Amino acid sequence: MDEETLEDAIVALLRRSVIELPGDVLWKLNKALDSETNDVARVQLDTIINNIELARELGRPMCQDTGIHIFFLKLPRGFGLPVESIIERAVRRGTEEIPLRPNAVDPISRKNSGDNVGEHMPYIAYEFHDQEYVEVTAFPKGAGSENMTALKMLTPAQGMRGIKEFILDTVLRAGGKPCPPTIVGVGIGGSSDLCLKLAKMALLRPLDAPNPDPVLESLEKELEEALNELGIGPMGLGGRTTVLGVHLLKAACHTASLPVAVNLQCWAARRATLRAYPDGRIDHL
Amino acid sequence: MKNLDLPLSGHDVTALRLGESVLLNGRMFTARDDAHMHLLKLDEEPPVDFRGSAVFHCGPIMRRTDDGWAVVAAGPTTSFRMNGLEPEFIERFGVRAIVGKGGMSKETVDAMKEHGCVYLALTGGAAVIAAKGIQKVNGVHLQELGMAEAVWDLQVKEFGPLTVAIDAHGNSLYDEIDLKVKSKLPFIKGKLGID
Repeated sequence: MDEETLEDAIVALLRRSVIELPGDVLWKLNKALDSETNDVARVQLDTIINNIELARELGRPMCQDTGIHIFFLKLPRGFGLPVESIIERAVRRGTEEIPLRPNAVDPISRKNSGDNVGEHMPYIAYEFHDQEYVEVTAFPKGAGSENMTALKMLTPAQGMRGIKEFILDTVLRAGGKPCPPTIVGVGIGGSSDLCLKLAKMALLRPLDAPNPDPVLESLEKELEEALNELGIGPMGLGGRTTVLGVHLLKAACHTASLPVAVNLQCWAARRATLRAYPDGRIDHL
Repeated sequence: MKNLDLPLSGHDVTALRLGESVLLNGRMFTARDDAHMHLLKLDEEPPVDFRGSAVFHCGPIMRRTDDGWAVVAAGPTTSFRMNGLEPEFIERFGVRAIVGKGGMSKETVDAMKEHGCVYLALTGGAAVIAAKGIQKVNGVHLQELGMAEAVWDLQVKEFGPLTVAIDAHGNSLYDEIDLKVKSKLPFIKGKLGID
């Protein structure tokens, strides 16, 4: 594996991530359309599905907000390439070549860098694994849904009741703003920063994959059903589908803490993964 | 589906019903946070004539061509960020329609009623469908604000589908949904065992 091969592969990965929606998301959107009887809700879902198909056909980003660029990496121990600079170069190239909207600005001066690269941006979350390949997940995240993120440090006494109330309240306050139907990513436990990271990582799981933890799986089902009773509907214009799924991830936390974080994902739940092997082979998953 | 030609008359907009689906034809302009702030600070006339036209809350992806610009993707942005600016914008520039997503505040709904303006909801994220309805980019103003914040002058044909989500009579579909959602809350809390 050399730097150029990996860089080219990551540009291709970025392109795929903003143009093609993962199959599980499209499957759930079609299921939602089947269940809607309200005309306004049907128009919204129909437009979303037509848009996904047209984006793929024309090879164009499905949404003009191509997000800030977040990458989840799983590296073999002792991985030798300067992966952060490879990703930076790939983001600069992707911005030009795909094209992506330049979204990265300095938070104080609000000056736009023009190439989606800035301090700590793209944001890269590193993990090690005991495989020979490097796994890269591109996770471009739009601001409409990201702006609805919430964290609460509950007291242990607030327990399950507090967790459910906070999730319900966050979805309620977000209303139509995060482009529903959304996927609700929830982190429970950890430290405050880990909790927020878990909420985002929960969104990496496909909608057709059950939670491996049976307690969380049943809580997810209960929350999904309840949230869809709210009637906020696609784009907040009313209907049966407010969420496509609720995904929970937990970590151990301090005996005196109970952090809960909610990270919403718009219907354009973009993610794409590749594996790059030492011999230069690339698998696009 | 009803086809509307821009610029719109007062009668065109007062005739629209909540929940109705419409398509827009003619000339309209994008404007987001920065463009609103910038244009409201002007002492002179704005660089484009907004009277009767539609303001599109959108930060598009544009591509340069030999003779100008082409739209790559152009879905709506979240309208609530313009809440504090829109009432004055509608009054001062005579806008007849706002195209966006997520709805707007009571102050804006009131300004729409007073000045004859409607809010047309475009499906969020449906940027390629929206781009399909844009025939031509007539030009760009305030380009120094960046691609997303500039004022893009667009020629649209059968642009939509758009849902009349706030009418010119003070009614908002978002408020109606909000009331329904609130009325369901006790039931949902009961279901979750948190009532």
